[in-house]
Amino acid sequence: MAESITRTTHAPAAGNSSPHAFIELKNVSKRFGSQQVLLNINLTIQHGETLCFIGPSGEGKTVTLKHIIGLIKPDSGEVFVDGVQVNRLKEREMAPIRKKVSMLFQGAALFDNLTVEQNVAFPLLEHGVRDRAEIDRRVREALQAVDLDEHRNKFPTALSGGMRKRTGIARAIIDHSECILYDEPNSGLDPIGSDVIDQMILRMQRRFNITSIIVTHDMRSVFKIANRVAMLYRGEIRFLGTPTELRESTDQVVQDFINGHSDITG
Amino acid sequence: MDFPSGLLALPGRTFLHFLVYLGQITALMHELLIAFRSGAWRLKLVAQQIVAIGYGSQAVVIVTGAFTGAVFTFQSYAKFKEFGFETTVGAVVSVALCRELGPVLAGLMVAGRVGAAMAADIGTMKVTEQVDALRVMGVHPVDFLVLPRFLAMMISMPFLVAESISFGLFASYLVTSFGYDMPSAWYLTHMLDHTNMEDLSIGMIKGFVFGMLITLISCHQGLAAENGAVGVGLGTTRAVVISSLVLLIVNFFLSILLNYIFPIGTV
Repeated sequence: MAESITRTTHAPAAGNSSPHAFIELKNVSKRFGSQQVLLNINLTIQHGETLCFIGPSGEGKTVTLKHIIGLIKPDSGEVFVDGVQVNRLKEREMAPIRKKVSMLFQGAALFDNLTVEQNVAFPLLEHGVRDRAEIDRRVREALQAVDLDEHRNKFPTALSGGMRKRTGIARAIIDHSECILYDEPNSGLDPIGSDVIDQMILRMQRRFNITSIIVTHDMRSVFKIANRVAMLYRGEIRFLGTPTELRESTDQVVQDFINGHSDITG
Repeated sequence: MDFPSGLLALPGRTFLHFLVYLGQITALMHELLIAFRSGAWRLKLVAQQIVAIGYGSQAVVIVTGAFTGAVFTFQSYAKFKEFGFETTVGAVVSVALCRELGPVLAGLMVAGRVGAAMAADIGTMKVTEQVDALRVMGVHPVDFLVLPRFLAMMISMPFLVAESISFGLFASYLVTSFGYDMPSAWYLTHMLDHTNMEDLSIGMIKGFVFGMLITLISCHQGLAAENGAVGVGLGTTRAVVISSLVLLIVNFFLSILLNYIFPIGTV
């Protein structure tokens, strides 16, 4: 197992994973108390793909992201990231996987006592980069990529919601992750701020061929950035396909959701 | 976890909760040991915590120790005088401060001030997903949040106990010398004759143990916090209450054990 964890190539490990899959969920189920959040979820995400998770609130979209990065373990089923079965790893064994996969939290989860610059530099310092010039260069690059270079000395409390999310993205990309999980990157943002985030995700995907998995309720974003869309409904994947297929879906539940008809939860 | 219901539900549930709690504390100690043995001690964070815990707690510990020493002397002098033993006040106050009052009161003050801060800081990070963000970046929360606080507490606590004892004795000396006109030589002679290194060692050992307990209990409450601000408040309250009670209970058994190792009155 240790060898497979430390692999740095994109080729999948020998064993259970499909040939080109970067992330694979096999029969993943999760229950919190009496609520069955996920039920036998099967999903494969290719390297470089941008997949959007949609669905009503509380249907397990964020829980699915947290399964992928190992913050939550499934009750049953298997989760593979780059060929490594992460649901069997202990917390301390997850570190190599978490160098490949980073996550933007819904509230950005910036460290309150650190400036924007220190927040963004944090993963580098923790991963052993000690060259000050190297750190400065990479922080500057990451902040320029999210148009925040001039705010580098501000603390998170002095930032707007959009700026906090962009700082979170800069922190997620600075260590050259192969995959970024975005938990509602557009929530709470005005249409312009939301578009800035969308453009940024597209730029990351084009420049670095990053695999992106995005939980969102913003259907405009979905049609703009997704290669594929997965709709979670009552613990199961109700729809999986391209944005065009989503728009043309004959499933009433899907149509109600994308058109915002409230009887979907009835 | 499913808990039993019926006649024995309450005691049974309480006992099971207690076992679960002990298990969680043991798991935290295990992770702390792994973090300690890894050698990645983050000395800059340790230094920051020493400032917050040690330097920042001095005033409260000094005032507590000083006024406890003063009032203890004030009360005991009057009673001892009835029996003609007033010259022994220095010895009694000194041994009591070294063995019991100094470490216990310093511990209680630190539990209130530092334990609450630890639980609130870590709890806030937990409910705002900052702890998850650490994990996502491959940083174990115990390595980053608990170990530096633990090391800082280990270093700070003996000094805080020593300060509490010193200022308690100094205040006691002032009360007897200036409040009761007792010759200072009597006070100092009896105090030095009847206080030995074993008494001081007991105070330091207790301070060390209390520091460990406060850190473990408070950090555990912080890491276990959930349900937003309410959860952080609850965790902070629990950290102070559990730390204080555990400290008092452990002090009793530690006193028996240490008194066995260092019997009182021997030189």
